[in-house]
Amino acid sequence: MSAALDILQGGPSLSIQDMGRRGYRAVGLTEAGAMDPEALHEGAALLHQSPDFAAIEMAGSGGSFRATADIRIALTGATMAATLDGEALTWNASHAMPAGATLTIGGARRGSYGYLHIGGGIATDPVMGSRSSHLRAGVGQTLETGDTLPIGADAHTEVSNGLTPSDRFDGGKVRIVASMQTEAFDQDTRDRFTATTFRRDPRGNRMGVRMDSEGAGFSTGSGLSIVSEIVVAGDIQITGDGAPFVLMCECQTTGGYPRIGTVIPCDLPRIAQAQPGTAITFEFITMAQAIALGQRHAADMAGLRSRVAPLIRDPATIRDLLSYTLISGVISATTNPFEE
Amino acid sequence: MTEPLIRTVGLSGILVTFAQAMNEPANRAALAFRAAVEDAAWPEVTETSTSLVSTFLAVDLSATPMEQITDRIQSLLATQDWTQAPLPAGRTLWHVPTVYGTDLAPQLEEAAAVAGVDPDAAIAELSTSRVRVLTIGFAPGQPYMGELSETWNIPRQEGLTKSVPPGALVIAIRQLITFTNASPTGWRHIGQTAFANFRPGADTPFALSPGDELTFPAISRAELEDIRAKDTSGNGGASWEALT
Repeated sequence: MSAALDILQGGPSLSIQDMGRRGYRAVGLTEAGAMDPEALHEGAALLHQSPDFAAIEMAGSGGSFRATADIRIALTGATMAATLDGEALTWNASHAMPAGATLTIGGARRGSYGYLHIGGGIATDPVMGSRSSHLRAGVGQTLETGDTLPIGADAHTEVSNGLTPSDRFDGGKVRIVASMQTEAFDQDTRDRFTATTFRRDPRGNRMGVRMDSEGAGFSTGSGLSIVSEIVVAGDIQITGDGAPFVLMCECQTTGGYPRIGTVIPCDLPRIAQAQPGTAITFEFITMAQAIALGQRHAADMAGLRSRVAPLIRDPATIRDLLSYTLISGVISATTNPFEE
Repeated sequence: MTEPLIRTVGLSGILVTFAQAMNEPANRAALAFRAAVEDAAWPEVTETSTSLVSTFLAVDLSATPMEQITDRIQSLLATQDWTQAPLPAGRTLWHVPTVYGTDLAPQLEEAAAVAGVDPDAAIAELSTSRVRVLTIGFAPGQPYMGELSETWNIPRQEGLTKSVPPGALVIAIRQLITFTNASPTGWRHIGQTAFANFRPGADTPFALSPGDELTFPAISRAELEDIRAKDTSGNGGASWEALT
């Protein structure tokens, strides 16, 4: 019998995600997939497997899990408190998870979307070529307490490796390129947009994230009747009240609100991972700069495996230190050896 | 602007636009050009789609030299006048029963007021208008349909309606949409149907194709409840016939 993962207790928004579903944009279905694809690459590097393998995306908080066989796991994305049968686990690392052990993952401490990767990947039946749930479209659904997920065959055994993730969990500067409607906004509005420090609004999900700011909105004047046009993840849409929404992976395929710019793909995880209230600013760059950054990012993702290194464990953080046989052949000072 | 216009869409692809505003020849051009790009099967194009007046080619622009793809597009565009292209073959005419107004569709009166007609006249016109699927988008299988008479050239509302239910019939800018899923929208909610655009798991998960035509005849709330109880096909009591 192949291995399975039981969800003993699921957080409010767990879903299976991979790199998304291509080929259905024409009938209204965007690729979607993981909110932070970089985290999928990191999990793949830690477990020495394909980044196309499906993992569990945990929005805000995790849950508790148990496997029916010995498996390997990796934890990436938003940092969450994790324990295995009570022993703390390092985030951004791979671990052995014995059959029957309980993995408990708490709330996000830094970032918004955490990922639980399994050696061999989650092996549910693909729907239209992907295992990812497109929650807004009604393809797949959130995972619930009591669900059991099949796990694929694992070709590797190595665990206890770590990786330092890129800096993308605390908001900051996000780079954008001009979109097809950027010039519908006058120069003053565009200048004000890039000079504004936004706060990520609590209203945010896999479809889009609202950006709050003080002062006036960012309207075009003629924005309410433009022809509906293609939208892509990263587009910054200005709705009727002038507030920017950064469209995320489950965004619609077309939309009629003007877009002031488009976040470059490699900076989109920075929006996804920002917690509510986190400060974010936008900076226009040229297409040539964006292409160069895209190429560098692709090279970084391809080279992640070379940055994986064995975890160095600090004895002070090992709770059950005394159960380890650190020195053999110790003679007790308090018992009489001749009485044995 | 000179059509067709070729523009980048972030780093996600290239958009070929045949008009600045919705018109039928441009809509036909977008559909026909998409079919030609599909036939050409260029390796760097991962998928294609259409909006009302544009064809989209999904291309990773950080991995593909820009001239390579724009040269190909220019050459294909030059082969014919795409605005003269015929509508897609194998189209269907649907009649989708609809409750206008009531608390099921609370913005009928507001939409009529913005359009400058009384609510009864609005229902009389909308329930007999025949519209065409101009494009599918926003959500799985969700049709943008038009064009209605100039009376209905009304803007989207400022601010979003928090949520309209699946099957909601909404209106703006001479177009209708039936919603696939519960969703926020800037369009006004004027009617309610039980028609499912997207039927996950069905043999034909996507009910409509660009070029299909529809009418939305008026029914009572009791009739809609009856349809909901009896019709589990996703058609919501709709009848259909082949267009030739």
